[in-house]
Formats: sequence, structure tokens, C-alpha cells
Amino acid sequence: MSVNATLNAQDQHHDDGHGHHHKETFITKYIFSQDHKMIAKQFLITGFAMGFVGILMSILFRIQLAWPEQSFYIFELLLGDKYAPDGVMTPDSYLALVTIHGTIMVFFVLTAGLSGTFSNLLIPLQIGARDMASGFMNMVSYWLFFISCVIMISSLFVESGPASAGWTIYPPLSALPEAIPGSGLGMTLWLISMAIFIAQSLIGSLNYIVTVLNLRTKGMSMTRLPLTIWALFVTAIIGVVSFPVLLSAALMLIMDRSFGTSFFLSDIYIKGEVLAHQGGSPVLFEHLFWFLGHPEVYIVILPAMGLVSEIMATNARKPIFGYRAMIASILAIAFLSTIVWGHHMFVSGMNPFLGSVFTFTTLLIAIPSAVKAFNWITTLWKGNLQLNPAMLFSIGFVSTFITGGLTGIILGDSTLDINVHDTYFVIAHFHLVMGISAVYGLLAGVYHWFPKMYGRMMNKNLGYAHFWITAVGAYGVFFPMHFIGLAGLPRRYYTNTAFPYFDDLADVNVLITLFAILTALAQLIFVYNFIVSIFYGRKATQNPWNATTLEWTTPVEHIHGNWPGEIPSVYRWSYDYSKMNRDETDYVIPGQDYVPQHIPLQPNEDELSH
Amino acid sequence: MTVFLIISVLALLGLTFWQMSKILKLSKPVSSDDPSIASDKDNKTQAYLLMAFTVFLYVFMFYNFWNYTDLYLPEAASEHGVDYDRLMFISMGVIIFVQMITQFLLHYFGWKYRGKKGQKALFYADNDKLEFIWTIIPVIVLAGLIIYGLFTWSDIMFVDEDEDTLVIEVYAYQFGWKARYSGEDNTLGKANVRFIEGVNTLGVDESDPYAMDDKITTELHLPVNKKVLFKFRSQDVLHSAYFPFHRAQMNVVPGMITQFGFTPTLTTEQMRTTDYMIDKVKELNEIRKQRTKELEAQGEMGLDPYEFDYYLLCNKICGVSHYNMQMKIVVEEEDEYEAWLADQPTFGSTIEKK
Repeated sequence: MSVNATLNAQDQHHDDGHGHHHKETFITKYIFSQDHKMIAKQFLITGFAMGFVGILMSILFRIQLAWPEQSFYIFELLLGDKYAPDGVMTPDSYLALVTIHGTIMVFFVLTAGLSGTFSNLLIPLQIGARDMASGFMNMVSYWLFFISCVIMISSLFVESGPASAGWTIYPPLSALPEAIPGSGLGMTLWLISMAIFIAQSLIGSLNYIVTVLNLRTKGMSMTRLPLTIWALFVTAIIGVVSFPVLLSAALMLIMDRSFGTSFFLSDIYIKGEVLAHQGGSPVLFEHLFWFLGHPEVYIVILPAMGLVSEIMATNARKPIFGYRAMIASILAIAFLSTIVWGHHMFVSGMNPFLGSVFTFTTLLIAIPSAVKAFNWITTLWKGNLQLNPAMLFSIGFVSTFITGGLTGIILGDSTLDINVHDTYFVIAHFHLVMGISAVYGLLAGVYHWFPKMYGRMMNKNLGYAHFWITAVGAYGVFFPMHFIGLAGLPRRYYTNTAFPYFDDLADVNVLITLFAILTALAQLIFVYNFIVSIFYGRKATQNPWNATTLEWTTPVEHIHGNWPGEIPSVYRWSYDYSKMNRDETDYVIPGQDYVPQHIPLQPNEDELSH
Repeated sequence: MTVFLIISVLALLGLTFWQMSKILKLSKPVSSDDPSIASDKDNKTQAYLLMAFTVFLYVFMFYNFWNYTDLYLPEAASEHGVDYDRLMFISMGVIIFVQMITQFLLHYFGWKYRGKKGQKALFYADNDKLEFIWTIIPVIVLAGLIIYGLFTWSDIMFVDEDEDTLVIEVYAYQFGWKARYSGEDNTLGKANVRFIEGVNTLGVDESDPYAMDDKITTELHLPVNKKVLFKFRSQDVLHSAYFPFHRAQMNVVPGMITQFGFTPTLTTEQMRTTDYMIDKVKELNEIRKQRTKELEAQGEMGLDPYEFDYYLLCNKICGVSHYNMQMKIVVEEEDEYEAWLADQPTFGSTIEKK
């Protein structure tokens, strides 16, 4: 009842709006827009801009790792005299680069850029709503994100350098400017930027949750929602549960840094002086950080899983296999994700008994993940696969998710973690399972929903070139990393030349860097394709992929309120692809292998419960 | 002038792209099929590329295993390390097996069921039995791994300390390590960073009688086949004491004492004479010789030839010289160890000298 009431109220409001059209100026349309579709594009493009910086940084430190302490013009050009005297990268700037690379990629690209973009774009369109529950809060959310980007980028230019204590910013290193120069003003800006980022994430997430719960159109029960919406909805819930904990950790760290408290600091002697701090514990910070940090990786991967499920079903012309199991596994992953954080801390000095508990919960999370992987593979089985670029990226997603996920069984086992903890084995694992996979999800989503965002199509052949180079390059970068990790090579080392034992890893590092450069260059194809297609791409038809979900019932040209007339009602789930009629003679709608969600039950159709 | 040139080049480039895209658009054949959507021909090409990619993936994985497997650390040099390696071997076996099968199915289906006009996809939404099977199999396999892992973990982490256990403090600071042996009384003297002064660089409590016979060293010597319990203490920031050859690691946390215990089983000498290490060192020295040639050609100093030693390294980001925070470890026979230790000055004698 309440759902209908809200909907009607919205309809009415919208109809009222028709009478006196408020004039949209450039500013209200493109800058301070409250339209979810525009905000989605703002998130996407800001995310891409940050991603450009993040990837560029990774190339810089990869060059240093392959050819340590050699002079490169590009270092001199981009890092300047102070951070690369004579073109040789300093250890300071190496640590700053890895720190900011991690921060940008995890938070700014894969959290805001991925979930921000697609939550905004798809939630109202796929559930059948005119806009988000609060367009204003949505706008505030984006602009807070923008401010936090500006602050993070500006921290690159401060005198003492940006934060360089690793993206996990463990104190005391991050708390004491005496310990590392980056922990001065750079770290302060990092913390301010992240505090604002958390605020934007909370405002956004609350909005997504309320919208999904209250603004679904008539007939859109929770079990008829596309998996994208389930994933984005649960992601928002995890965000609301875990991000505030990071905020509290950040606030306590700010207190320790600037106001002399001792939450995380105790018994420290540095630069010839004993500090007054007493009684705090860095391990407490690790607990707080990872209480967000671990759910965060699911905040990153769940939206990608949702997008991939949707794209895969559409392009396989088949329902997603095991819809309810997919929802159940999203919920199971979400629940378990909040009780596994300790697996980052097996050797942190916490009680070994806790290690046992976290090993147990961590390996449990492999079960829903395995179910998802098997279900995706089965979705392909006996399909009629339309191998569009989005579909290829979705297949690529499943591939890297499996490869990266499997090594999680090693790292999640407290015993095995002892000797591979903080080595390149970990880098390989999480880049494949959450980095590359989530990026594939993001790219698949962009290729698939580009027509919805810009009313034009992206170039298919450039998309293919982009995918194949990326697919080869990503494995080229991260597969060999497992082996140098197993050789005991620690991460975050400026150079490995201090240990002659690692000399034979130099070749592998060169190989990895070459693949990394190749992969990064391939992204330029995408950038070109993206920009050119916005302006010159082929005009899209209303439903280019023959998909069932509601967003493809809206007109190509964006209008405020999404549907010109009434919001369509929903009569079925979103996966009626290739469904046959009762006598198995033809599709339910003859000659058309899909039945959109707003089409009522046909006379010769069996209703199936999924 | 240069600026002007750059701007005009950019402008011309932009113009070229614009013109090219116009031409491309005009030259597109007029047909009802949208060329931005995969056609049957595309499906076929991409499906074969997918197969080619699968071949690449398997060849690449095989290449990696073939070439890089011997990068894995040599046999464990500690008692529990043998269990560690066995568990690692089993887990690796399981994941490689699953990887090979699932990747094949994924890519094979991608190729086999490539889209064709008129081909009907199977409406196949659910199969409870199938889903139950692939829920229960991971459950069983993981349960096995969890149970095995937890037993090993308990054995490693819960050290029962007896009179015979050698207690050594490993002290971390930016950017180095020190070791403190407990001396004849087998008890470490109290310590806190607040006592750091002059030669007393580890902040040992000078009023504690247990501290007087403590010995502070810059190398870590360990007697073979004797259980050692390390007590870790940090002076400034987080560090992590990583003993890769002994399959041991523990973070070093300012404000608290963490611990890890193991029994070394191979002396440095024994490790040096294993086939693995002989080959490895030979290879490393080849690389270093090559590198020396290059360096000398540039008029720089060459590299010393390498001889294997165990080392302890820092594995938690701790500052600018994190990459070079190491300590040599010597594992030797009991008598050699005793002789070495006897040569080290006691803490009492060090502070008297000042």
C-alpha cells in the first residue's frame, strides 16, 4: 500500500511539473544536476579521471621495479626534480606512488566510479522509478565525492609529499611525520579527503537503499528484481554498516596526530626522542581499518558481479542460472564479509585463537563465491552467446575472479598466510580477484549501458581490440606475480637489489612491467572509443541488446522522470530469455527470444516460479 | 613559438580525427543491422579468438609453472616448515586442479555456444540437484583444508615453553634489527623505550638484575635443532619479522611484545650444500657477473659474488629504507653457537664501559 501511495504521489508531482516546465540552465543540467542519469555520468567520468591518475602511477612504479634506480625522462617530467633527481625515482616517491595508487583505485575508481555510477544509473531505471528517493542528496553525494577527489589530488602537490604509509595507513607510520615525510600535511589531506569520501558514500548508500525499498514500480517484487539491483542494494547496505567504522578510525587517527591522544600509539622512540603517547595499540587500528577494509572489497566486487550476471544473461539469451541461489549467495557473501576481517591480521600479533576463527569464516565465504562461479559457467552452457565487448568482459570477469579467488584459499588459511603474507603473492591475488575483475565489471557495464547513458553506441571493433589486449595483459602482469611472491619477495620494496637472493627475479619483474605498459596503453583505445562515441557514435535504438529490463523501455533521449507517460508495471522476473510457449513450438512471443518485464503473462505461457 | 607549434599540431590532429570519423560514418554501408552489435560473423571470430586466448592462457600458465616453480623457496629449514610445505602443496594441488577445469569449461562454453541466427538457447533457470552438488563439494573440500590448517596453525602458534626453550628478543627499529640473548639466567631483562640513552640503544632497564647478563648482537645466531622463542619488540613503527626460509613471520608492534617460536633444522652450511642452493647460487652469480660487466663498462663498481645466508627481513612498510632492513641469520651447531655467544659482550659490561 505504502509503495503504491508513494508512487502515485510521485506521478502526481511529475504531472504537475508538466504544466510549468522549469527552465534547465547549463548549470542545473550538467553541473548541479539532480537527475540520476546525469549524476551517474558525473561519477563515471570523475572515476575515469581518477583511474587515469591511478594507472599512470602504477606504470611509474612498475618501471622503477623493472629497472631499479635508473634514470627515466618520464620520471623527471612527471615527478619533478625533488622526487626524481636526475630522473631517478626516490624511495619516498615510490612509497607515495604505491599508497596513492591503492587509495585511488580502491576508493575513487572501484567504489565511487563503479558502484556510484551504476547505482545511480540503474536503480531508478531498472526498478521503475522516476528518480532517486532524494535527488538533492544524490547531488550532494556527487559533489562531496568531487571535493574529496580534489583534496586527494591536491595532496600530491604539498611540500612534504602525499601520504606514503601504504593505502592501509597503519599507525604509527601514518601518525608520525618524523617516521616518514608523507605523514605530514599529505596524510592530513588524505584523512580529510577520506572523511568526505565516507560522507558521500553514506549519503549515496542510504539513498540507494531507500529507493530500492520504496520506489519499486507496481509488480516489481524483490524476487523480480534484476541481479544488478540486488547487488547494488546489498552493496549499499554493507557500505552503511562498515564505512562509519573507517570514519571512526580516521577520526581517532586525526586525534592521535593532532591532539595528542594515544588511541593507536604507545612506547615510541623516534628521532632521538621518546614520545609521550602511552597505552594505545596499532592493532586496534588494524581491526577498525579492516572492519571496513574487508567488506570494502565486496563493496567493490558485488556491483561487478551484479552487472556481469545481467550482461551475461542478456547476451547468452538465457536466464541467469539459479537466480535464487545468486541472491542467496550475494546475501551470504555480504553477511560473511563483515566477520572475516581478521584474515588480514593473522600475523599482526593478535591472539592466535582469533586466527582460527577468522580462518573458518574466511574459507566459508569461498562457498557462495564458488556457487556464483559455477552458476555463471552454467549460464553460458547451451546459450546463444552474442559475443559483444560487454559479454567478453563478463567472461573475462569470471575467468579472473576464479583465478584470483582460488589463491584466496591459500591466503585465507592462517597457517599458509604466515609465509606469503605481504608478499607479491597477495598482490597477485587481490589484483586479480578484486582489481582486474571489478575493472572488467565496470568496463562491461560501460559497454553495455553506454547506449542508455549517451544514446549512442560504442565502436564494437575498438571494443574487441581493447578487450583482447587487456585480457592478455592482465594475466601477463598478475600471473607471474604469484611466483615471485612464493619466492618470498615482500611488497612495497622500492628495489629488490638489497637482497642478492632476489636477483633472479629481475627478469620476471621486467616481463611484468612490459605487460603492464601494454595493458595501460590498451586503455587508451577505450578512452578514445568512449570520447568519440559520445559525440559521433552511431545513434542507439531503444533496446539495442534485446534486453528484458525496464531501462530499455525508456526513450533514447533522456527526459527528466525517465518515462514520458506512466511508469510501466511489471509482470515477470527479468530473465525471460528464450522462454518457450506451452506447446514448445515457438518463443512465448513468436519470433522474439525475450519477454520484457512489463509484458503481462501471455495466454499460451506457463508461469514458473523461480 | 613551440607552444604555438604544439597547439597547431594538436588542432590539425583534432581536425584529422574529426574528418576521419566523418568519412568513416559516411562510408558505412547502409543496412538494417547495427554494426555496433555483434553479428554472426563477429560471434564466430570472437569465439575463435576466445579459443586462441584459452590456448594462450594455458600455455602461459604452463610456462609460468615450468620456469618459475623453482623460484619457490627451498625446503623448509624449520621443524614446522615441513608441515607448512605439505599443506601448501595440497592446497596448491586443489586450486590448480579447479583452475584447470573451470577455466576450460568457461572458455569452451564461450566458444561452443557462440551465437548463430536461428539457434535457440535453452531456457534453463534452475536445477536444485546440480546446485546442491556444487555447494556441497566445496564445503567438503574446504572443511578438509580448514581442519588440516587449523591443527597445523595451533601447533605452530601455541608454543609450549619449557626450560630448554631458547628465548631471544628481536628488536626492530627504522631501519634495522638487533637481537638480545637472555644470558645465563635465561631471562630477558625488562626493557622500555623510555630507558634508551647513550649506549643503551634498546632501552634495557639498567636496574633489573636479569638484564646484566643479556647480550645484544647485530647478527642472529641460532643453534640447530633447538626450539627458539622469539619475543619481538619495536622501537618506533610497525615492522614485520619475516624468516622466509623458516616459514615464520610475526609483526613487530610498538607498545606490545609479540612472539613466534620455531626449531631450525638445517644449519647455514647444510642449506648451502643442498642441490637447490648450489644451483641457485650458481645462477645468481652468473647474473651478478653479467651485471658487473655492464656496471664496469659504465665505470661503476661491480657486484660482489654471492654466498647464501639465511636472513630476516622487514615485511611491513616502515619508511623510506623499508626495502633494506635486514639481518643475517646464522644457524650452526650447538658448540659453534656457544663459542660465538661467549664472544659477545654482556649488557652489564657495555654500560660499565661508558
